[in-house]
Amino acid sequence: MTTDTDTNNTGQPAADGSARAGAGKTGRRGAGGAPGATAVTAGRRVTGRRLASWAAGLAGVLLLVLLPLLNISLPGVLPGPSYTPGSLQLLAMCMLMAAAALTYHLLLGVAGLLSFGHALYFGAGVYGLAIILQNLDIPLLPAMGLTLLIVIVLAHVVGSISLRVSGIPFAMVTLAFAQAGSVIVGRNPEGRTGGDEGLTLRTDNLPDFLVGVVNTRNLYWLALAVLVVVFVVVTWVQSSRAGHSAAAVRENELRVRVLGLQPYLVKLLIFVLSAILVSVVGMVFLLLQSGAIPRAISSDLTITLLVMVVLGGVGSRWGAVVGGVFYTILDQRLTALANSEAVKSLPDILRVPLSEPLFILGTLFILVVLFLPGGLAGTAERLAQRRRGGRAGSGGTETPQDILEDAA
Amino acid sequence: MSTVILLLFTGLGLGALYFLVAAGLSLIYGLMGVLNFAHGAFLTLGAFTGWEMARRAGSDNWGIFLLSLVVGAVAGAVFAAFTEFVLIRRLYQRHIEQVLVTLGLSLAAVALFDGTWGTDPVYIQGPAWFKDTTDILGARVPNDRFVCILAAVLVLLALVFFLKKTRYGMIIRAGVENRSMVTALGIDVRKAFTLVFTIGGAAAGLGGVLASHYFGYVSPMLGGSLLIFAFIVTVIGGLGSLTGAAIAAVAVAILQQFANFYLGGTGDFVVVLALALVLLFRPTGLLGRTA
Repeated sequence: MTTDTDTNNTGQPAADGSARAGAGKTGRRGAGGAPGATAVTAGRRVTGRRLASWAAGLAGVLLLVLLPLLNISLPGVLPGPSYTPGSLQLLAMCMLMAAAALTYHLLLGVAGLLSFGHALYFGAGVYGLAIILQNLDIPLLPAMGLTLLIVIVLAHVVGSISLRVSGIPFAMVTLAFAQAGSVIVGRNPEGRTGGDEGLTLRTDNLPDFLVGVVNTRNLYWLALAVLVVVFVVVTWVQSSRAGHSAAAVRENELRVRVLGLQPYLVKLLIFVLSAILVSVVGMVFLLLQSGAIPRAISSDLTITLLVMVVLGGVGSRWGAVVGGVFYTILDQRLTALANSEAVKSLPDILRVPLSEPLFILGTLFILVVLFLPGGLAGTAERLAQRRRGGRAGSGGTETPQDILEDAA
Repeated sequence: MSTVILLLFTGLGLGALYFLVAAGLSLIYGLMGVLNFAHGAFLTLGAFTGWEMARRAGSDNWGIFLLSLVVGAVAGAVFAAFTEFVLIRRLYQRHIEQVLVTLGLSLAAVALFDGTWGTDPVYIQGPAWFKDTTDILGARVPNDRFVCILAAVLVLLALVFFLKKTRYGMIIRAGVENRSMVTALGIDVRKAFTLVFTIGGAAAGLGGVLASHYFGYVSPMLGGSLLIFAFIVTVIGGLGSLTGAAIAAVAVAILQQFANFYLGGTGDFVVVLALALVLLFRPTGLLGRTA
């Protein structure tokens, strides 16, 4: 728990590469952030950097939009040239996972809620849409709307109950609810969820341009659109009053309460919002995979999202995106490695660990938590600061560790 | 009537397993504030080493069974002590990062178990007496239930004795109550941390061997599935309370068995519902301290 909230509030824009507020806003937001002279200069510098990072982001998105039309090969990363369905499928999966990691960032990095039940809403999106398309004869968009409605109700019910506790108990309770969801799917009530086998997507009512391997690039563009929309929404929420309140609740809940705000409602809002976003990601995941699999609602998925966010760097939006992409590609590559002849011919003591991608990912995760606090984004930030003349740590910046400890 | 009694004993047996996992979890959380996701891996390791030992020794007699219990408990304890010493200790006072490390460990460990023993369940053999049933008021109760219950009761008694009557037990209780005060008195609380982890790991390893006999198989997923119910048990019982964990373990398991039988397999769902109700009316759990 951080105690010196004041220094944290004013210094935060410098810490967060994308800066939630410019110099002018610094004084207005937060409980008692005194806008000192250093904060203003820092803010101005950050505004410039913010523009640069948005421009870079835009250029990156443009490149990604054009990717299916180009012929780029990245041996070792992509299975083939960038226009082939296999590569596009992998890239689309990376973007969906990055978007899902972003919604988890909204929970953990912004509101300080360590949820172990995020997969419930992802899975609700996947299975909700699959079941509706299976059983009702309605077009895709109304079906998505109906799924969204179910998710909103579900998130309100679960959120309002589990937010009665905080910290570690909150983690356990959300896990329990998600487990109930996962158990229901596994039980296969009336043959609706397909049990362990999962459900195959019924394509009768889908628009033609989203069906079939030939149209993978349409799905790729859809996934990219989802990522961009989620990124923009998360940015907007973070810079809105609700986002600031949520960050304040994370840092010092008692103080927010004393100011007359209601932490419970703010946290519930963020909880529901991230559930809605991740369910949309789940729906596109269903279209991309053309089927619902039990893993989509298992606690493994939540843990995967958590690992992505921590690998990328807690509290950083770009970190979540990078973590999502990095994890997905690494997982895919490690699975390929595990099945390769080179590994199969090794002696047992090397073969067993190398043929289990999760062993390598788990170990990597432990090493990052132990030795690279702040993940990839935090490390990049620290390197950049050292190059700029070592201002690191002088502005009372809130480190990812502090953000994590706020969740306790 | 006989169905009720059968369900009751099956529930008690399952509750015994929940308690063996939850006891360690609850003590660890109470003393250190760590939610130990690797606890399921301790249990699975205990189950596998116990089975491996019994298999090599030629299974099915009582001596081997008791030895496999000891081996399982020792394996769990060693793994747990190693975890505390190598991973948790470096992140002193950083609770969430400690949780993340145990999470990573559980991922890696389960993957390693997958690679070593395969993902399919391994069916196991115990002493022949386990397959028999005992007639209690017309209900034919499988004998392995009694072993689980007996073991859990013994562990509970031993833990209570240890916590109430020994010096280290008192340090642990005092640490749960107020850790900074214990440190201020010049006692090295970190020794108690390692000790609590070791005890929790031993209980989980023992629970693993018993669980493998209760369910009739061992699989790498065994620990994970029990762990989630153990979480529910610790929250319902009140975090950090051993007695609370014991009461909640029995209550949850019996509720689950009855709901599974009378309400068409909705046991898991009813348990989560019970958790929601407890949180709505008593957020600190049955015997939890009011914050």
